[in-house]
Amino acid sequence: MTVIATENLSKRFPRVTALDGLTLDIGPGVTGLVGANGAGKSTLIKILLGLSPASEGSASVLGLDVAAGSDTAATIRERVGYMPEHDCLPPDVSATEFVVHMARMSGLPATAARERTADTLRHVGLYEERYRPIGGYSTGMKQRVKLAQALVHDPQLVFLDEPTNGLDPVGRDDMLGLIRRVHADFGISVLVTSHLLGELERTCDHVVVIDGGRLLRSSSTSDFTQSTATLAVEVTDTGAHPDGTATLRKALAGAGLEITADGRLLYVQAEGDDTYDVVRDAVAGLGLGLVRMEQRRHRIAEIFRDDDTLPASNQAGTQASTPTTASTSATTPATDPAGSPHAL
Amino acid sequence: MPSDAPATGSPGSTGSTGSTGDSGTTAATDVIHDIGYRHYDGPRLGRGYARRSLFTQSLRAAYGLGRSAKSKVPPALLFGIMCLVALILVAVAIGTGMDELPLEYTDYAIYLQPVIFLFIAAQAPVSVSRDLRFRTVPLYFSRPVERLDYVSAKYAAMASALFVLTATPLLILYVGALLAKLDFTDQTKGFAQGLVSAALLSLLFAGIGLAIAALTPRRGFGVAAVIAAFTVPFGAVSALQGIAWEQDNLGAIGWFALFSPIGLIDNVQSTFLGATPATASPEPVDPSTAAGTAALLVALALAAGCFLFLLRRYRKAGL
Repeated sequence: MTVIATENLSKRFPRVTALDGLTLDIGPGVTGLVGANGAGKSTLIKILLGLSPASEGSASVLGLDVAAGSDTAATIRERVGYMPEHDCLPPDVSATEFVVHMARMSGLPATAARERTADTLRHVGLYEERYRPIGGYSTGMKQRVKLAQALVHDPQLVFLDEPTNGLDPVGRDDMLGLIRRVHADFGISVLVTSHLLGELERTCDHVVVIDGGRLLRSSSTSDFTQSTATLAVEVTDTGAHPDGTATLRKALAGAGLEITADGRLLYVQAEGDDTYDVVRDAVAGLGLGLVRMEQRRHRIAEIFRDDDTLPASNQAGTQASTPTTASTSATTPATDPAGSPHAL
Repeated sequence: MPSDAPATGSPGSTGSTGSTGDSGTTAATDVIHDIGYRHYDGPRLGRGYARRSLFTQSLRAAYGLGRSAKSKVPPALLFGIMCLVALILVAVAIGTGMDELPLEYTDYAIYLQPVIFLFIAAQAPVSVSRDLRFRTVPLYFSRPVERLDYVSAKYAAMASALFVLTATPLLILYVGALLAKLDFTDQTKGFAQGLVSAALLSLLFAGIGLAIAALTPRRGFGVAAVIAAFTVPFGAVSALQGIAWEQDNLGAIGWFALFSPIGLIDNVQSTFLGATPATASPEPVDPSTAAGTAALLVALALAAGCFLFLLRRYRKAGL
C-alpha cells in the first residue's frame, strides 16, 4: 500500500526552485524526510496538504490526488495530521482547551473532541499540567501539545515537521520514542522531517533524503545502516597515563580486540556483549575516566560522501551544511546502559 | 529506543502497551490499566461543522467567554454601559410618564458611538491578531477548514458580537416603551428601523475592525489603529461639516458624511430609516437622497472590500 506518492513533482517560485522533479513512493510506517534547511521538505508537506499547488507533476496522499479539487483536499486534510516546525500555540489557553478546539476544527463532535483530547494528551505524556495555560510550559511540553493536536482526530498519517527542534538530548529521545509509538502502538503512519540525519536512523523504517529539491536516495534504514556493531570509546588522560587513549588502545589490543583510532575516539569491533565488559574493565583497571562508550553504526550521513558525484548540480547554498549536520549527529547516545557517559 | 514493535501495519493493536512513557503499566499488581490507543470511528462532520464551531467559539471569545477572567472585563464593561444607559432612559420615560422615549432607536448607536468604537477596537485584534501572532493559522488550514470558512466565520462572529452589543439596548428600550404603554405601532416601527441600522453598522464596523486588526499581529498596534480608523475620520468629517454649515453649503454636509464610518450609517438611516441626522451642525441637515443612496452603496462596498481583503491576507498566512 502506498501512503504518499509523488510523480515528477516540481515547485518553482519566481527565484527559487524548491522541488525539482521529485518522484517518491512511500509506504506505511515511519518515514524520515532528511535534507538541509531549504532542501524542500516544508514545501513538499505544503503540497501534500493541498495548501500550495505544484508547478508540475502530481502527488497523492492516502490514494487521493492532492490537486483533485477542494472536496478531495478536505478529505485528505480530515485524514492527516500536521505538526508545524514553528511555534503555533496561544499562551493564554490551556492545552486541553486548545486541543479540544483543534479537534472540533477537524470535524469531531464536541463530546468526542473532549474524550479524544484527554486520551491524546495522556498518550503524549501530558497529565496534570494540561489544565494550565500553555504559556508556562517548557519547550518539551509545548512540542507534546503540538504533537497532540496533530493526532487528536485520529489521522491515518501525520506530517511532523522538525519535531525535535529546540529540544535537549533527553527531550529529543523522548520525542523520538513517542514518534516510534505513533506508528507501533497507534498504527498511524508518520512522515517526519529532520536535518539531523543521525536521529532518523533510530526512529524510521525508511529514509528519504532530498537536497535542493531532488531525491538523493530513498531506501529502508536497514539498508543505510547495516549494523556492524562498532563501539566508540573516549577516555580522559590521567597523571599516570598522560595519553589515556593510546594506553587504552594498547590494553584493548592486548585483550585481542580489533581497534581503529580517530583522534581521541577509539573504534572497537564488538564481538558480542562481552566486549562491553572487556572495555569497561580495561578502562577501570587503568584508572581512566570514561567519557563515552556508545554503539556506532554506519551513519546515514555517509551516503553524502558516497554520492558526492551525484548531486553536483545542486541549487546553491544547501549542500554546504551537510557535513556539519553529519558531525552533529555523532552525539547519539548509546543504547547500552553502560554506555551512558560517566566519569570514573 | 529499541525497536520493540517491528512495523506492524495493523491499526487495531489496542492491547499492546508501549514499553516507554506510560507510568504505572510496568508495576504488575497496580490497578492502573493502560487501555492503549483507541481509534476514533465516530462521525467526522466536515467543513460546515468546523465553520459553525469556529463561529461560536469566536463569538463567545468576543465577550470573553471561554477565556480568562481578565479578558471578560472589557467586553462585559462596555456591554454593561450600553445596557445601563438604555435602562436609565427607560426608567426616566416610565418614571416621568413621557409619551415617547427620550431618544429615537436609531439615535442610540450614534450617541454611544465611543463605546462601540472601544468594543471593536478591543475585540477585533483578539479575534484575528492572536491567531496570526502565535501562528495558529496553519493549524486551521491543515484541517478541513479553508480560507473562506475561516474568514467568514471570523467576520460573522465579529458582526454578531457587534449586533448583540448594539441591538440589546434597543430591545431594552422597546420592552421599556411597551411597559410604559407607549404607542405600539410607533414603537415597533422605530425598533425595527433601529435593528436594521444596527445590523448595517455591525456589518460595516466588523469589516473595518477586522481588516485593520489583521494587518498587524501585534495586539496593541491593532487596538490603536482601529480606534484611529473610526475616530480620525469622524473628527475630520465633523470639522468639514462645520465649515460647510458656516459657508451655508448645506448640500455638502451629507456628502462629507461618506468619509467616516459612522457618517455612512447616519446618512443611510436618515435617508431610509426615518432617523434624525446627527451631523456636526447646529441644526440637523438631512442628506440628499443621492447622498443617502451613495452612503448605503459605499457601506456595502466597504464591508465587501474588507471581506475580500481578509481573504487575501490569509492567503499569505496560510503556512
